[in-house]
Amino acid sequence: MGALDELTRPAGDDDHVGGVPARLVASPASTAEAAALVAAAGDLTVVVRGGGTKIHWGPSPRALDLIIDTRRLAGVVEHAAGDLITVLGAGTPLDELALGDQQLAIDAAPGATVGGVVATGASGPRRLHYGTARDLLIGITVVRPDGVVAKAGGKVVKNVAGYDLGKLYTGSYGTLGLITECVFRLHPRPAAAAYVRTTAPAQAVPAILAAQVAPTAIEIDTATGELAVLLEGTPGGVRERSGLLEKLLAGEVSEAAPGWWGRDPWTADEIGMKLSVPLSMVPGLIESGSTLRGSAGTGVLYAAAHDITEVERLRAQCVRSGGHAVVLTAPADVRDILDMWGPVPGLAVMRRIKDQFDPDHRFAPGRFVGGI
Amino acid sequence: MADIDALARRLAAELGAEQVVTDRQELRTYECDGLAHYKVVPALVVLPHTAGQVATVVRACAEAGVPFVARGSGTGLSGGALPHAEGVLIVTAQMRRILEIAPADERAVVEPGVINLQVTRAATPHGYYYAPDPSSQQICSIGGNVAENSGGAHCLKYGFTTNHVTGLQIVTPDGELVRLGGRALDPPGYDLIGAFVGSEGTLGVATEVTVKLTRLPESVRTLLAAFPSIDAAGAATSAIIAAGVVPAAIEMMDALAIEAAEAAVACGYPPGAAAVLIVELDGPAPEVEAQFTEVTALCRGEGAFEIRIAADEAERALFWKGRKSAFAAVGRISPDYIVQDGVIPRTALPEVLRRISDVADSHGVRVANVFHAGDGNLHPLVLFDARVEGEAERAETVSGAIIDLCIEYGGSITGEHGVGLDKAKYMPRMYGEDDLDTMQLVRCAFDPDHLSNPGKVFPAPRLCGERPGGDLAARFPGVEVF
Repeated sequence: MGALDELTRPAGDDDHVGGVPARLVASPASTAEAAALVAAAGDLTVVVRGGGTKIHWGPSPRALDLIIDTRRLAGVVEHAAGDLITVLGAGTPLDELALGDQQLAIDAAPGATVGGVVATGASGPRRLHYGTARDLLIGITVVRPDGVVAKAGGKVVKNVAGYDLGKLYTGSYGTLGLITECVFRLHPRPAAAAYVRTTAPAQAVPAILAAQVAPTAIEIDTATGELAVLLEGTPGGVRERSGLLEKLLAGEVSEAAPGWWGRDPWTADEIGMKLSVPLSMVPGLIESGSTLRGSAGTGVLYAAAHDITEVERLRAQCVRSGGHAVVLTAPADVRDILDMWGPVPGLAVMRRIKDQFDPDHRFAPGRFVGGI
Repeated sequence: MADIDALARRLAAELGAEQVVTDRQELRTYECDGLAHYKVVPALVVLPHTAGQVATVVRACAEAGVPFVARGSGTGLSGGALPHAEGVLIVTAQMRRILEIAPADERAVVEPGVINLQVTRAATPHGYYYAPDPSSQQICSIGGNVAENSGGAHCLKYGFTTNHVTGLQIVTPDGELVRLGGRALDPPGYDLIGAFVGSEGTLGVATEVTVKLTRLPESVRTLLAAFPSIDAAGAATSAIIAAGVVPAAIEMMDALAIEAAEAAVACGYPPGAAAVLIVELDGPAPEVEAQFTEVTALCRGEGAFEIRIAADEAERALFWKGRKSAFAAVGRISPDYIVQDGVIPRTALPEVLRRISDVADSHGVRVANVFHAGDGNLHPLVLFDARVEGEAERAETVSGAIIDLCIEYGGSITGEHGVGLDKAKYMPRMYGEDDLDTMQLVRCAFDPDHLSNPGKVFPAPRLCGERPGGDLAARFPGVEVF
């Protein structure tokens, strides 16, 4: 335990995950330090924490000895502007990135870290145009649960050498080990942007997609009854396209995003869900009567459910439509009786992957699908 | 071969004799893929018509402990679909139905033997197309594209196969049919689609693929710019990217590649060019027009001495004809050639090209360069004459040196052709032992017995699920383990 004592500190009052208190906390400052820590923590259960903005997502861990805090693994390791890539420490807050006239096109909550967004596969409005972390991540460094450091991918966007481990770690909720560094593809910052806001229904989405306006995002919000489209590009192009869309949707062009744009629709005492359905099923979902917000252009929406009955109803509708419904977060009193993940095809293979990477099930035990 | 005979009888009974090939002469027609200098005659070929039949074949292989290799159209350039001498080749070419074009969902559902371009043809009447466009798109299959994570000239803007697959049905190496994802995005759980796409047939066989359809752009503008030097063309590429433009494609050819293309297809590129760039922009008309003007100015600013702008679809096709025929065209200027595929950071392009030229000169070998300049994906064509003693070896040396350069500059040993059999030996140069070991944890989860396309991608297989001491004892029976 000697090495572990030096690398950790006793947990404080705020060091819990889903109501489960940790015993120890560690904040490694480099991949090497993190590897030494994980190797020394050989029989401890571990949860990785970044900015903590999504730490309440997913079921509570079955057991928790050690929280690994990634916030000292922060910083821009490299920004090769000419190659449109950047190498970032996993603890880097996304809202502090300064990449000049380039951007890492991932929407995240204020304070969210690179590692947290990758580990949860979180996404926002602009995924319609830029894709999600899985599409933008081109290289990754991880510390495996056995303390071994491994890299996959690299610093070039085009690369098909070996398995794409970055995709496997994206959305794995910390169950396969600790992400310490990520390499991303960047995009130029658009010269101009505008929002077209309207009260048109979700049925208008096919017309927007057909209208050759190349939207960056199409978001809908049932609480306000509003639909908003983000357009980016050259100043002249944005002007022309937003004018076209303004007419098509009987809307108005605005420089600012609606207040609800990119925010979770639930409050602390509601159940927060992520729903995904095929595009043609979006209008039906919007008309379900639930409070929904999200990407009507990709079929990924977020719901604020009031009780388990509503969760089950939304899940039934999504699954019947060929989609999925996951409970991201829930108040303490319903959390333990909810099936947060819902049905998961391919679970047998996923269990075998977990067994290979983390045979003793120490990393985020119970937080993932099927109790992984 | 007793196992194989029994397997052949079983599969003939379960699938029908006409779907099982045992005739030696016929088996020989499957002895190689697009990388024709590797040849292995498979022990057996089966031609399944359905996903259920693929599962039957794989289950039979698993039970008999016989390796299997899946093959689509056989156009791969890394020997990924090279048969196994004691194994079964599962040819998906009979599974070529487009199951659904669903424009309202922006998806197409296809069987793995469907040809890439057929998806676009079927989607075009609805205003959509399938974006990944490998140069072989007229003959390569979607199943093969999934295995190789195929790219193409337009992946600079649109990404690769992995960014366009939302659902798969696969047969796992133990013969089970599993559905992953579908038309909806973000299925819960590990991203097994992300792991499977590009795994080169080592994690199972794809039997149905759901792909994204992309809206046909309102406007497409293409220009051909001729430069007095490679450096100038490289500088123009960098200038375009630095200006914040993301073209659909930026392709480059050097003088030798141009010479070959002219000889083969008379594409009529500007005479005297040391390098040409093809730059294509697509999107909404007002955006494309503004950026096209900017790109034209940037090319001129970097010394382009002639810029041609495609006036219509016919002229655009002619620009692309020279580029897309370049590999085959090199046959006009050299009896034999190696097609290399490596990636470097885009900004290192001029420097790496100089070094490739130096290496080639020092070995007395000619190298024609064709590449996706926008993303630093090089396709040097190393020319040789196999009849001249020593030339093949020298070409092989130069080809290997090019890969070493890609690694030295922090790039990749393959951008789109895959590792296959051909480049497995380079994997330990690009990745450390622990990196390769970690990748093989995934292999062990899917295919612990290494029956799915064994010997490809990884230079040495990891023993799955055994303690290190146990591994040693298994490999060296009788040796004491301490």
